[in-house]
Amino acid sequence: MTIAVTKSRVEDKLYQNRYLVDSGRPHIKVLPHETPSANLLALTHVCPAKCYELNDKGQVEITADGCMECGTCRILCETNGEIEWNYPRGGFGVLFKFG
Amino acid sequence: MDMIEEKFDAIVIGAGMSGNAAAYTLASHGLTVLQLERGEYPGSKNVQGAIMYANMLEKIIPDFRDDAPLERHLVEQRLWVMDDTSHTGIHYRSDDFNEAKPNRYTIIRAQFDKWFSRKVREAGATVLCETTVTELIRDAKGRVIGVRTDRAGGAIYADVVVLAEGVCGLLGTRAGLREMPKPQTVALAVKEMHFLPEEVIEQRFGLKGDEGCVIEAVGTTSRSMAGLGFLYTNKESISLGIGCLVSDFAAMVESPYVLLDALKSHPSIRPLIAGSEVKEYSAHLIPEGGYKAIPQLFGDGWVVVGDAAQLNNAIHREGSNLAMTSGRIAAEAIVEVKSRNGPMTKRNLALYKAMLDKSFVVKDLRKYKDMPALLHTNSCNYFTTYPRLMSQAAQNFMRVDGTPKIEKEKATTAAFIKARSRWGLVSDAVRLALAWR
Repeated sequence: MTIAVTKSRVEDKLYQNRYLVDSGRPHIKVLPHETPSANLLALTHVCPAKCYELNDKGQVEITADGCMECGTCRILCETNGEIEWNYPRGGFGVLFKFG
Repeated sequence: MDMIEEKFDAIVIGAGMSGNAAAYTLASHGLTVLQLERGEYPGSKNVQGAIMYANMLEKIIPDFRDDAPLERHLVEQRLWVMDDTSHTGIHYRSDDFNEAKPNRYTIIRAQFDKWFSRKVREAGATVLCETTVTELIRDAKGRVIGVRTDRAGGAIYADVVVLAEGVCGLLGTRAGLREMPKPQTVALAVKEMHFLPEEVIEQRFGLKGDEGCVIEAVGTTSRSMAGLGFLYTNKESISLGIGCLVSDFAAMVESPYVLLDALKSHPSIRPLIAGSEVKEYSAHLIPEGGYKAIPQLFGDGWVVVGDAAQLNNAIHREGSNLAMTSGRIAAEAIVEVKSRNGPMTKRNLALYKAMLDKSFVVKDLRKYKDMPALLHTNSCNYFTTYPRLMSQAAQNFMRVDGTPKIEKEKATTAAFIKARSRWGLVSDAVRLALAWR
């Protein structure tokens, strides 16, 4: 229940933001894995846009549409090879009005 | 694209503070400059608190006050130590800050960066937005000679590439020019923009006209992690945010938006933002590694500036001024090398580091070189134990309940010793003094 409340709150926050989503070309990918590392698992809480979620097989999935391109997941999980991280193509992604 | 195979004196990657400072300085000295920015417009990817320090911008655009979009000039700064129900604060407010050329301003980056970019274009640089640089081009000897972008068209060449690509810049790290920041050397900050009528902000903070007030707070709001909360007054909005080390977030498995919401509902903050309309939520990394995290700053055909070079003074919460200054100094070094027809070699570009070492940027970071290690280890003491003790001590001092003062003082002393032990208190004080020195 608490989780549902938290989630809706993040979605409310992201709803204020402008994005130009590059459909079908996500800029971050989680690579196939059996069990996520502690860092990848932590991203389900630490990602400020709550892009990372645990599926029912215990694996971490990403939906990058609400990504604010902060780079936290890159810092935590690129070196160990669990995610592939790039900036969106020019003009796509988050478009801050105030920043 | 008509610039295929074109060659510039310099390519600047990124249109944040350091990139704009570099591009403006290079172009105004007559160099041909191409600046590449991945956002829809300069500023659309940039996030900052934000306080802008006038002195460093004056060195680039002396008359910036004529048309730059500035929010409020600061007359008051509040430094708070918070526990769950209180804040203990040092406030400094001075009418001396109401001067003809104020020292610090709050700004809104998307607007400020658009203005700065207009100045860059007026100085003669070509600014290309919606363009993500995908790769640095290097010759057989490893020298950086240009870039490739995600636009149709070929390579773009330049004598020197200025990497102003931000804290999470991909190009320099992927090319092996510097290491990727480590979780313990970057903080993740989240921020909301709370809109309120101008007069409400002025009433709540006791301000008139363009006067501004900022609050910075450490304490239990960061849940034992090394972190900082902030509240900055803009003209018609309040920037409210909190940041903590990424390594702490990962170890504690905390959510930044939960911390932000807790800060918003703190009894000391809630009345200040009551009734506001939130119009944006943003997140950004902040370099926190200090002097010891500064990477190699120059090489054959390249220099790195700003956040990408970890140039951020976490103790004084200064970043954009270090960014601007490093961008300007890198550009001045390039102009100097160019003026004597020197090639943009590692040896010649070492001038940038020599000049930066003499500036406040490196001098300040060197002064606090041991602070990150101190604050980032056993952060619980500095961000939870001491804030709670301070609150208890202050409340004990203020509350009048018939307890003799001598007993109150003994109770406060006993609480400090119980929490940290005599040795712990002395050791914390000595280590802090040594790191600060």
